[in-house]
Amino acid sequence: MTPTSRPSEDTAALLDVRDLRIVYDSPRGPVEACSGVNLTVRPGEFVGIVGESGCGKSTLLFGIAQLHTAPARIAGGEVRFLGEDLVTLPPKELNDLRWRNLAVVMQSAMNALNPVRTIGDQFEDAILAHEKWSDEEIRERSAEVLRLVAIDPVHLGSYPHQLSGGMRQRAMIAMALLFTPDLIVMDEPTSALDVVAQRSLMVQIKELQQKLGFAVVFVTHDMSLVSHFSDRLLVMYAGQVVEFGPTRTVFDTPSHPYSRSLLDAFPSIRGPKVPLLGIPGDPPNLADPPEGCRFNPRCPVAQEACRSEAPELYTLEASPDVQSRCLAHRPTDPIDISSPATEVTAS
Amino acid sequence: MRFVVRRLSMFLFTLWAAMTLNFFIPRFMPGNPVQALQARIRVKESPAALASILSSFGYKPNAGLVPQYLTYLKDMLTGQWGASIGLSLGEPVRDIILQAMPWTLGLIGLTTVIAFALGNVAGIVAGWRRGGTLDSWLPSTLVVTANLPYYWVGMLLILLFATTLNWLPADFNYDPTILPGFSPGFVGSVLQHAVLPAFTLLVTSIGGWILTMRNNMITTVAEDYVRMARAKGLADRRIMFGYAARNAMLPNISGFAMSLGFVLSGSVLVEYVFNYPGLGYQLLNAVDNNDYPLMQVLFMLYTVAVLVALLAADFFMVWLDPRAREKG
Amino acid sequence: MKFASLVKNRKALIGLILFGITVVVSLFPGLFASQADADVIGAFAPNLGPSTAHLLGTTSYGEDIFSQLVFGARQVLVIALAAGGFATVLSVLIGITAAYLGGVVDEFLSLITNVVLILPTFPLMIILARYAGTSNWVMIFVLVATGWSYGANQMRAQALSLRNRDFLEAARVRGERRAYIILFEMMPTMTSLIVANFLGSALYSVLAASGLQFIGLGNRSSDSWGTMLYWADSQEALQAGNAMWIIAPGLAIAVLSAAFALMNYAFDEIGNPALRPVRRKDLRKAKKAAETLEEKGAGHDAYVEAV
Repeated sequence: MTPTSRPSEDTAALLDVRDLRIVYDSPRGPVEACSGVNLTVRPGEFVGIVGESGCGKSTLLFGIAQLHTAPARIAGGEVRFLGEDLVTLPPKELNDLRWRNLAVVMQSAMNALNPVRTIGDQFEDAILAHEKWSDEEIRERSAEVLRLVAIDPVHLGSYPHQLSGGMRQRAMIAMALLFTPDLIVMDEPTSALDVVAQRSLMVQIKELQQKLGFAVVFVTHDMSLVSHFSDRLLVMYAGQVVEFGPTRTVFDTPSHPYSRSLLDAFPSIRGPKVPLLGIPGDPPNLADPPEGCRFNPRCPVAQEACRSEAPELYTLEASPDVQSRCLAHRPTDPIDISSPATEVTAS
Repeated sequence: MRFVVRRLSMFLFTLWAAMTLNFFIPRFMPGNPVQALQARIRVKESPAALASILSSFGYKPNAGLVPQYLTYLKDMLTGQWGASIGLSLGEPVRDIILQAMPWTLGLIGLTTVIAFALGNVAGIVAGWRRGGTLDSWLPSTLVVTANLPYYWVGMLLILLFATTLNWLPADFNYDPTILPGFSPGFVGSVLQHAVLPAFTLLVTSIGGWILTMRNNMITTVAEDYVRMARAKGLADRRIMFGYAARNAMLPNISGFAMSLGFVLSGSVLVEYVFNYPGLGYQLLNAVDNNDYPLMQVLFMLYTVAVLVALLAADFFMVWLDPRAREKG
Repeated sequence: MKFASLVKNRKALIGLILFGITVVVSLFPGLFASQADADVIGAFAPNLGPSTAHLLGTTSYGEDIFSQLVFGARQVLVIALAAGGFATVLSVLIGITAAYLGGVVDEFLSLITNVVLILPTFPLMIILARYAGTSNWVMIFVLVATGWSYGANQMRAQALSLRNRDFLEAARVRGERRAYIILFEMMPTMTSLIVANFLGSALYSVLAASGLQFIGLGNRSSDSWGTMLYWADSQEALQAGNAMWIIAPGLAIAVLSAAFALMNYAFDEIGNPALRPVRRKDLRKAKKAAETLEEKGAGHDAYVEAV
């Protein structure tokens, strides 16, 4: 596969994922969960990754952070972070980077926090893995980060099950801030919360980000939520990036039929009444993806060509900071998608 | 506090149930203690002596059932266990038990603890390293070895090491020609005689521990907090023990207490095969000879042992798992 | 669905084959040996070693060991399956009833279950067997009476976790009767647990029954494998040099136990895919299923976990 051109060669990029391929080894052979993903994150930027269940976004996230477990493995590509390729970095150096520069916040704090140890202990753990601070220093820093997320430091002595769901999630974020890392990757941290708590958590993350300057990669299936807070948005489908660009642009003028369908599925609460549209069909079986464009069986405007030619990630001529994986944006010979989908000739 | 009260009352209730069962089984099953006793003893004792022996374990055929029952309970709890009417006629049950107990505790107790410790560590390591060559055949093998009949394994070991190779003795707990005491000869003999029975128990019981711990570890390692620990950059060993094992072990602790019951049961046969004079051996003799006093006390002791283990495991669990403290 | 996955699993397959062989032998012992060879004392010279005439040699009474083994199979299997079956039925009844009815009934049944569970089974079995006699039915009774409690707890635990699941709620809302819900909604979901339980009980019965027989508490005139060991031991086979008399019946017991154990373990693996060997698995499907479930569960959990 030829490397795609990027809107701007970001030599100052904090995180630069190039052509990442992550594969699951199944009894029927390797299944590609992420096919050639490209992603850049600038310092202090908030990048949202959205997609349906099973599109590979969590796999991608864990792959980036080198937290994937067998049978998943990285089959190709690079993850450049602070000048190093995390994929090939020896474990010792990788561990040094962990938490100090790259932290993780996971989906359900009830599962992500060790149930048999206090919050304080788990903070201490993280600290002692990298620094030899005194007990006093550890306590101080732990209390400090808890205050940052509006949790009373007395909870350092609490166990995870003694906190409410929202508090647990915030405690996890506090833990991620212990060394004020450069990048925090978050895997659906709001999915287990109700809408009010969700919003309040997002606001808090955004505030902290502005205060402390870390970058965020935020994986979620809730496009409308993340679009209020992210600087750039990456849309994934069937293990591939289908659209990537500034949030405002992608949200207002989605250039990929999938993104457009996703947005149409969340009508504005104040806008005019529109029929509720979903996306018919199911995501494809990645062990046997469709011919041509992977979205073509479900695409409302798929054309003949889409069924046989696989599009690459093209930079839009009109907006060079947006990329889209659709034949309609092919620089040479783009296809016309103004008419509805043609009949599916092959299933 | 409520937790403690609940546990203790459960303990007492079960003990009472066991003792009551103990009391009623001989009385409701076919066979009459007096006749059995007479048949056994033949002309050795006078009828008066017979009657007094029988009354010592609560068999007062003239008294009502309820008074018998109450006397029985009282006697059991106060250590008035009467005298044996079996092989060692007239010998106080308490003496028989005190003599046999150390051997069983030593053999069974020690072996179980070792099997538990070794098995769990092996299980932790096996569960942590998935997908290795070890993992492909170990579980199946263990499933088979953990279910071998204890006594048969014992006999095989005797066949190999005692009869064929003549390396180790096949019977008893020490060489009868040596005087008991803390002399090296005696201690050596004790150890020598303990090897085969201990090994039999170890080999058959360790499999279960390895398997359950491995399975628990596998489930635990897949948990998010283990992945989180890796994300924090903690060292592998630290994660294996402090995060994974610490959580994986919890179900095993209560399992340990339960398994003690099974091991105690199994040890009866091992003692039988090796003629090892512990409590199990005594139980079999008692059953063979209709020795009610001894039988009843032994049964009660077995129950108490399991209950104590369960209680200890419960308290241990509360100490280890903060979530259990809330459940009360 | 279950049978197919059972056969695909290698462990289960081996277990099934071993079990199948035992079943065939027990159903048609006449095909493999003759009863007379097994039971007539003095039919052959005593303590012969293995040979073509006597595959496993003879006992000190001159009986053919192989024939005894063959004819004993039925006894062992009947006891195992009957005891296992009844114990499972009892566990299911008590466990599910306790879970479903809840309240005082649950407290009472749980108390009984736990007490029986705690009582040291083997000593109890010995005492019961000693007094109740030596017939096979007594043996089965003793095994069931001591073996049902473990399963009852498991059933209760699973029934409890199922009780509040949505599909049962839907049935209740539809107006289905309690018995219907228990039998046709709850139990089918619990089939793998019930089958696993049955296999476990059968396993336990094989070992416990032979143990009791070994110390002479079974029917001493049967050809059951435990009884064979009893005679071997009382005739001091080891010292007499007739090792095969000890090895053969014990091996047969071990093989049948292994069969049940392997099948049981396979069921555990089927129920908990994480336990399967890592190389042979379709993780993608499981992952997708998990993500979809998370999605569905997220909405529910959100209300529970809200600040």
